[in-house]
Amino acid sequence: MEPRELARGTGLSVHEITVSFAGITALEHVSVDVAPGEVLGVIGPNGAGKTTLFNVICGFVAPQSGALRWRGEPLGRIRPDRLAALRIARTLQGVGLFPHLTVLENVTVGATRFRRAGLGSALLGLPRSDRDERALRERARAALAQLGCENIDERLPGTLPYAVQKRVALARALVCEPELLLLDEPAGGLDARELSDLAKLVASLGSSVAVMLVEHHMDFVTSVCDRVVVLDFGRVIADDVPRAIQQDPHVLEAYLGRDADTGDGLGAEARATDARG
Amino acid sequence: MTKFIDLTLNGVSTGAIYAAVALALVLIWRATRIINFAQGAMLMITTYIASAVINSTGSYWFGFVVALLSGLILGAVIERVLIRRVESAPPLNAVIVALGLYTLLVAVAGMIWGNTPRSFPAAFSIRGYDIGGTRVLFAPNDSFIVLVVIAVALGLALLFRATGLGLQMRAAAFQPEVARLLGVRVGRMFTLGWALAAMAGALAGVLVAPSIFLGPNDFDPILIIGFVAAVVGGLDSPPGAVIGGVGLGLGLSYVSGYEGSALVPLAALVILVFVLMVRPSGLFSSTQGRRV
Repeated sequence: MEPRELARGTGLSVHEITVSFAGITALEHVSVDVAPGEVLGVIGPNGAGKTTLFNVICGFVAPQSGALRWRGEPLGRIRPDRLAALRIARTLQGVGLFPHLTVLENVTVGATRFRRAGLGSALLGLPRSDRDERALRERARAALAQLGCENIDERLPGTLPYAVQKRVALARALVCEPELLLLDEPAGGLDARELSDLAKLVASLGSSVAVMLVEHHMDFVTSVCDRVVVLDFGRVIADDVPRAIQQDPHVLEAYLGRDADTGDGLGAEARATDARG
Repeated sequence: MTKFIDLTLNGVSTGAIYAAVALALVLIWRATRIINFAQGAMLMITTYIASAVINSTGSYWFGFVVALLSGLILGAVIERVLIRRVESAPPLNAVIVALGLYTLLVAVAGMIWGNTPRSFPAAFSIRGYDIGGTRVLFAPNDSFIVLVVIAVALGLALLFRATGLGLQMRAAAFQPEVARLLGVRVGRMFTLGWALAAMAGALAGVLVAPSIFLGPNDFDPILIIGFVAAVVGGLDSPPGAVIGGVGLGLGLSYVSGYEGSALVPLAALVILVFVLMVRPSGLFSSTQGRRV
């Protein structure tokens, strides 16, 4: 139950976070940590606060109390547009690609943190900004190639199969070379073969990347996660290795014991989505 | 036949100005999903500034450049100071702020420059070209209008399509939260969108001013037609704005020439209603439908 202590200066540490929307508590004293090289699963019934937790880490939702530390530094109030520079990347539920931008453009936007040319030279179209642009496109192509998405640079996302769109979304998150990767339902809508590809990819991310993933697909979670945190009604009810989680009586109760009241916390999360506009 | 050619040429030249106004509205709609009802007043202010500079320095070109630069600055300041506060609020808030700004700017212009309309010089001669002994209704100044609007439209197209800055602006325009997550400074993109829009508006102001008089309220009709052009073009498509502007310029020129100029505002509204009935999202919109 107790979150393990992290070595100073590594990974993400979420400490005693509380979030409430209009009187409904979405997260209550939630503490979670994830170390480099570790894959942490976050599971829980609908409305348990999983997405709210991601939104707190990304700065979309300000917690009423609690603190976040990233690589040993307090994160304070996070500006979402600073995340990429902090090497934190997030994928969204579904695919979340820009529908009106090509695949290559989508991934290039993900590489924004590598831009060097300032506003002035970009507006004037100076050679420096041109070189910058080419380097970014090369990075984007490399990220797409890493995920086996070749020869679709100029396609619009809507014209591609769903599984390919999800890969492009992953390439867009990986192109900024994150050290913390937040995956919101990465397995949703994928078939068995695509799931095993995704599991291989997550496993191949290496020892410098901490991964946190929200997922409903339990087989996927047990196969890729080193550790699983279970949220229920905004509280952490379990934090252990996947095998132990499957036996945990609290978890079994949360998933099986009641079926009528999952709607409760969902209201809070829906509100969170509204608040983001 | 000569009359038809005359009306066509005249339509292209006024259409170019409508296109510039429509571009100003479209750029702001794309950036911040706000209809900028203050656009007419903003371009009126920059045209007054140009007029003051031309009168004191005697150089048209100096005034022209100052108008565009003051447009850039005015747009950026208005977005940063006023609009930023209502960007995430319900759309009506931004409409009220824009209308308030319109009233304020018109009043300020009246206080500084008076309410008596004044004339504004043209860049080049407004005597029509002589072609085969007949004088056509298209002057060197009209060539200048058409060319400079084409240059601005191409420049914007290049910015959006071929630069990283344009890519970030396009990403920020349609899904600001996603763009933000990827490291795009969305606020800056919004400011830049407003600045570029106000510059296009300022251009329309100095181009149209010689053919109307320069007064606090004299740009309103141009703005209404520019708005129709923007909606006809789909409101979020810069090429649509240009095509809508030129198309409207041609259509209204024929109406004015064959039926009388009194019918022009009515014709603009008829075109608007017709396009909205046939293609409610405009002719070149990339979005499927719009919430009203």
